[in-house]
Amino acid sequence: MNRRDILRRSAAAGLLATPAAGLLSGCATSGGGDKNDAETYQGTKSAQNPLGVKEDAPLEVVIFGGGFGEEYAKAHEAMYTEKYPKAKIKHSSTQEISKTLQPRFVDGTPPDVVNNSGSGQIDFNGLVSQNALAGLDELLAAPSLDIPGKTVKETLLPGAVEVGSYDGKFLVLNYTYTAYGIWHSAKLFADRGWSYAKTWDDHIALCKQIKAAGIAPWTYAGLHPRYMSWPLISTAIKLGGPSVATAIDNLEPNAWKSDSMRTAADAWHQIVKDKYILDGSSGLDHKQSQTAWCQGKAAFISCGSWLESEQKDVTPAGFNMTIQPTPSLGSGDKLPFEAIRGTAGEPFMVPAKARNVAGGLEYFRTMLSKKGAQDFTKKVASLTVVAGATEGVELPYGLSTVVKALDASGANGFNWVYNNFYRKLERNLVDAACGEFFSGRIGPAEFLEQCQKGADSIAQDSSIKKYKRAA
Amino acid sequence: MKHGKWPLIVTFLVPPVLLYVFFVVSPYLQAFQISTTDWLGYSADANPVGLANFKALWHDDYVWNALKNNVILLALVPVLTIVLGLFFATMLAMGGRKGSAGVTGVRGGALYRTVYFFPQVLSVVIIALLWKEVYHPNKGLLTSALHGLGLPSPTWLGDPATAFWCVLAVMVWSNVGFYVVLFGAAMSAVPKEIYEAVLLDGASRFTTLRRVTLPLLWDTVQVAWVYLAIFALDGFILVQLMTNGGPNFSTDVIGVRMYDTAFGSETKFGYASAIGVVMFFLTLSVAVLSLRIGRRERIEYS
Repeated sequence: MNRRDILRRSAAAGLLATPAAGLLSGCATSGGGDKNDAETYQGTKSAQNPLGVKEDAPLEVVIFGGGFGEEYAKAHEAMYTEKYPKAKIKHSSTQEISKTLQPRFVDGTPPDVVNNSGSGQIDFNGLVSQNALAGLDELLAAPSLDIPGKTVKETLLPGAVEVGSYDGKFLVLNYTYTAYGIWHSAKLFADRGWSYAKTWDDHIALCKQIKAAGIAPWTYAGLHPRYMSWPLISTAIKLGGPSVATAIDNLEPNAWKSDSMRTAADAWHQIVKDKYILDGSSGLDHKQSQTAWCQGKAAFISCGSWLESEQKDVTPAGFNMTIQPTPSLGSGDKLPFEAIRGTAGEPFMVPAKARNVAGGLEYFRTMLSKKGAQDFTKKVASLTVVAGATEGVELPYGLSTVVKALDASGANGFNWVYNNFYRKLERNLVDAACGEFFSGRIGPAEFLEQCQKGADSIAQDSSIKKYKRAA
Repeated sequence: MKHGKWPLIVTFLVPPVLLYVFFVVSPYLQAFQISTTDWLGYSADANPVGLANFKALWHDDYVWNALKNNVILLALVPVLTIVLGLFFATMLAMGGRKGSAGVTGVRGGALYRTVYFFPQVLSVVIIALLWKEVYHPNKGLLTSALHGLGLPSPTWLGDPATAFWCVLAVMVWSNVGFYVVLFGAAMSAVPKEIYEAVLLDGASRFTTLRRVTLPLLWDTVQVAWVYLAIFALDGFILVQLMTNGGPNFSTDVIGVRMYDTAFGSETKFGYASAIGVVMFFLTLSVAVLSLRIGRRERIEYS
């Protein structure tokens, strides 16, 4: 083949390709809009049917196949079909939410209910800024399915609506109620005569004692080091009050370098300096570090209240895992020791272009009924955002300590949402900084500097929509 | 037979070409178009932004960091893999010497060949998970071996100083077997008389490899080079599963950056497509360059 041949052929290919490109370039980005006209299902509203569900409309539910499994969702679906026997439910479960559903969002044919969770979660910032989610206000105003005299909103724990709100619009139902704290084995501590320290100085003293006993005081998920940002930020919030968190969430300048954050980072640096962390932790992932902790190789670990169900298979009998708030820095703390980070988690959403939006909302109403919530707690050992739904349900040991901790924390509980607003900031940027900090490669000042740099890069990126929340 | 030519061509060539155009060429073209928009991936709205994505890319430190890692991979993975592959293949084909004129492989060559090929049979995902356990900082094979010898061990994937080299080692390990077989096959096509002549002239094994085998295998080596270069520019699956680019972006590669931008921490499909377009041209240029540089006369045995 000579050069002229090649040129001629590539020119011919180019000629063919150009119109093809014109045809095809339409597909990925602009094909979906038209399908919007496709029939959407809407029934007539009544006292019995406040959301206007069309009783024979099919409902498609996609569940994240993670630690909670999918059995709980099948039970919710059964409750839905009990009320609407003519409705056909299409159930599926996947670990790859974004990869599986992205084409369907573009195509304008998304499912009706999506459990957008896990590491393949779709970034909420992107979804919200593209108006891809249906508003859930109607759901909040509807009467609860089986708690008489109350609207759905009135049955929810405080903070449940705020977490799923973007610029004041409630778009995401976070179904579980999660506490974030420091975990230890009550059995190990009882055997050794240790007790959980309420102040930071005592905590360090206890760490010394634990290390002397031949156990590493701490371990953490070195490959997902953001787990350690939780107790650190919690410590700062307890010192400086909830405004520390608001500033971080609202991307205020130098929010990460506030005095409270500095003091907290300095304090936490102690466990790194004094080598109170299990050797090799920086190379462990979350499962490996949690398993090392369950095997008694380390005394403390930072995690959310899903820990117990995640570790079910490897936790020795009688281990009695117990959650505790982060220790207080001193008497100057604005929040008491008992204050703990509690927040609604495990996001569910109804896409704006779902054909059966009313059915999706009704499905949420089923989940938020007392029956639905109790069934969930029984099946997966996790709390829901429905207040009082644990009544009469026997809780496993770890979860009962979570309930106790949340009760003690009460109105002092706090939370932050920058991880929902800007997934990249926590997942990538703060994560990387935590990795450097807790492995001892950088000090507290550099750590906060790196976090701040990450926050600034988000703040300066005009392609990312910014959200504010009130204090 | 003359008049039967066209139906034959049409039946056998048109369907694959159509499939290729639809499933390979058209997504490429679409990616070019999407890379000039601000598409966020979950709605049909995409505004043309011209070359803004490429401009942002030029100033994106994370992309440059990933690219730097790819360049190191590009420089090392093909060389190491080919050198090891050639070495093993030579040993298997002519490592043993029977008397003065026999050219045979080392004893148990068939077994070695099978063992080397093992990684090729495993899926990349399995390889990644397997090595994640080997690199386990407390009870992994490597750590235990070092501790057994009384040596301190690094945290492997947990330390930016070692993580990248750990991943690189797995890349070489998982590829070598295939090239042992490839080179082995090419070597068996070389007439034995040549080697016997070389042996009679008293050449050492190394000289034989350098002066005889390598020149005769040049075509194969070149193909291997192109494959490995493309592999080094990608490296996505292994990196994503073993470290996801961490710790502190020390193992990041451009493929992971692209994936993370679209499906991971953000939904910037326009920007991710721009990264993809850059990757496309990089891969293309590397492939063309390595084919050009390595061009030599083809040898045919009669």
